[in-house]
Amino acid sequence: MSSGTKVIEVEDLRVIRGMVEVLDIPSFFLGDNEIISLIGPNGSGKSTLLLILNCLLKPINGRVIFRGREIDSNQSAFDYRRRTAMVFQEPLLFDTTVFNNVAAGLKIRGMSQLEIKTKVIACLERFNIVHLAGRSARKLSGGEAQRTSLARAVAIDPEVLFLDEPFAALDPPTRQSITDDLEKIIHQTGIAAVIVTHDESEALRLSDRIMVMNSGKIIQTGNPAEVMNHPVNQFVANFVGMESIIPGTVRNNKDGAVTVTVPGGWIEAVGERLPGEEVFCGIRPENVVIDIHDPMKSINAGNVFSAKIAAITSIGPFLKVAMDCGFSLVSYVSRGSFAKLKLAVGEDVLASFKATAVHLISRKN
Amino acid sequence: MELILEGIIKAFKLLFTFDPGVYGITLLSLEVSGAATFISVLIGLSAGMVVALNNFPGKRFVISVVNTGMGLPPVVVGLFVMIFLWRNGPFGFLGILYTPAAIIIAQAVIATPIVMGITIAAVQHLPAKLRLQILSLGATRLQMVWFLIREARLPLLAAVMAGFGGVISEVGASIMVGGNIKGYSRVLTTATVMESGMGNFDVAIALGIILLLLCFLVNYLLTVIQQRERPR
Repeated sequence: MSSGTKVIEVEDLRVIRGMVEVLDIPSFFLGDNEIISLIGPNGSGKSTLLLILNCLLKPINGRVIFRGREIDSNQSAFDYRRRTAMVFQEPLLFDTTVFNNVAAGLKIRGMSQLEIKTKVIACLERFNIVHLAGRSARKLSGGEAQRTSLARAVAIDPEVLFLDEPFAALDPPTRQSITDDLEKIIHQTGIAAVIVTHDESEALRLSDRIMVMNSGKIIQTGNPAEVMNHPVNQFVANFVGMESIIPGTVRNNKDGAVTVTVPGGWIEAVGERLPGEEVFCGIRPENVVIDIHDPMKSINAGNVFSAKIAAITSIGPFLKVAMDCGFSLVSYVSRGSFAKLKLAVGEDVLASFKATAVHLISRKN
Repeated sequence: MELILEGIIKAFKLLFTFDPGVYGITLLSLEVSGAATFISVLIGLSAGMVVALNNFPGKRFVISVVNTGMGLPPVVVGLFVMIFLWRNGPFGFLGILYTPAAIIIAQAVIATPIVMGITIAAVQHLPAKLRLQILSLGATRLQMVWFLIREARLPLLAAVMAGFGGVISEVGASIMVGGNIKGYSRVLTTATVMESGMGNFDVAIALGIILLLLCFLVNYLLTVIQQRERPR
């Protein structure tokens, strides 16, 4: 977690390609020991920002400041890059052994053979790839190659680590185990890091702050809970996994208990909204409960709707159930519950969610 | 058939009796083509890296010209080098026409586009982000170029082989600018042409076998270097 000192600051950053503005960031900072996740759709400028932060790309306008000193020359950019490291989505390993790959940054710095050997072995051990030291990088699996790439970056003891979707091409178990190792190392060493990711669970797990980007702009910044639960607009809500975003109008507000008129009924929510205000009701699918019609059963939730199942899609351990309750509502159901409830497309069910599970988003944003 | 057999026997006699004439020609061929290849690697590799690593207007045109140059007819190169080195030519004052130096120049002109063309293709074939990765590891620009050369070492050594192969075996330019002067500017290819023209097929075959052996040995050496550092 950040201790308050700014490691990197960015001011008035602009990048234009052709006639298109690909990046426009008035300000950005990375704190000491802080981990920031940049999330956003393809082409939102995340990777471009990362390249600028590592001084591998010059912006048309703007300043990058590292520990209070502006990076304003080729020499200062070079000195800065010697104190940072970057890992790309592709491992980009050299055609040599794993050992020599991990040693590359140290050789570049002119370290002695003994120093290199000690550091490389320690780093290989950290990433559990010491047994691969003598193997050709061309003969590694995807996971082993990305571990080598991470080890190569960490070996140079960087003050800041930039990671551009490092796990995107890996299968889930490998991804999980490398994320475990990386998380441990980042926390042990106190390296500040900026991670570009598409995976919200990765962002939630690794970061102190999440930044959501779209069309070259930072749309929202905040701690993971803030961004996930209080998205500032429909775009962020969609991006952070709020599958149900229902447009409505606030009917009344009684001491924070808000009633929102939506197509086909109303939704109870919690918040500070004025009557007449146009809002979106964002509901995460994991907060929506499906039950079969049972008059004897009472449901302890503010919002209960009769719904018809419109579609069922498999997403790994869960099934995504889309329902029509006058508005579209999505729920994730475990395979066990799915079998128990005998759900099928076209079947009538009861969908419920608590008033506290409804996130009100202003439609003005 | 008898002619070929006699030629081969004669060739081995010349080889194993260490005929000073044949060995002189062989040594000169090796020196001239080696020097020409060395020059072409210096120029072709540097220029190729510059073209491959930079974006500039007309880059595609430059690459097309270089690629065309990979197939330069040696006689055309010989003709232009001859004109340039002619007594009244722009570099006539050097007085190097009909010397081994003139052959080195002509052969370097032939080999440089070959080395440059393969260098450009080899470096462009590397992942575009590799350069960024190397720089992000803290490399200077020169260190980055060195890493890229190491990464492209297999095709780059193939470029050296292609360049050497192209010049050791050419005859048109060598005969035009070297003059095929006995004991001075006579190389294996020009000697082979001359001997076969005179009907001395046995000597011509001997020279041909030596030329082939020479090509094989140099390429074998380069292949050993090329494969040496590949991890298993």
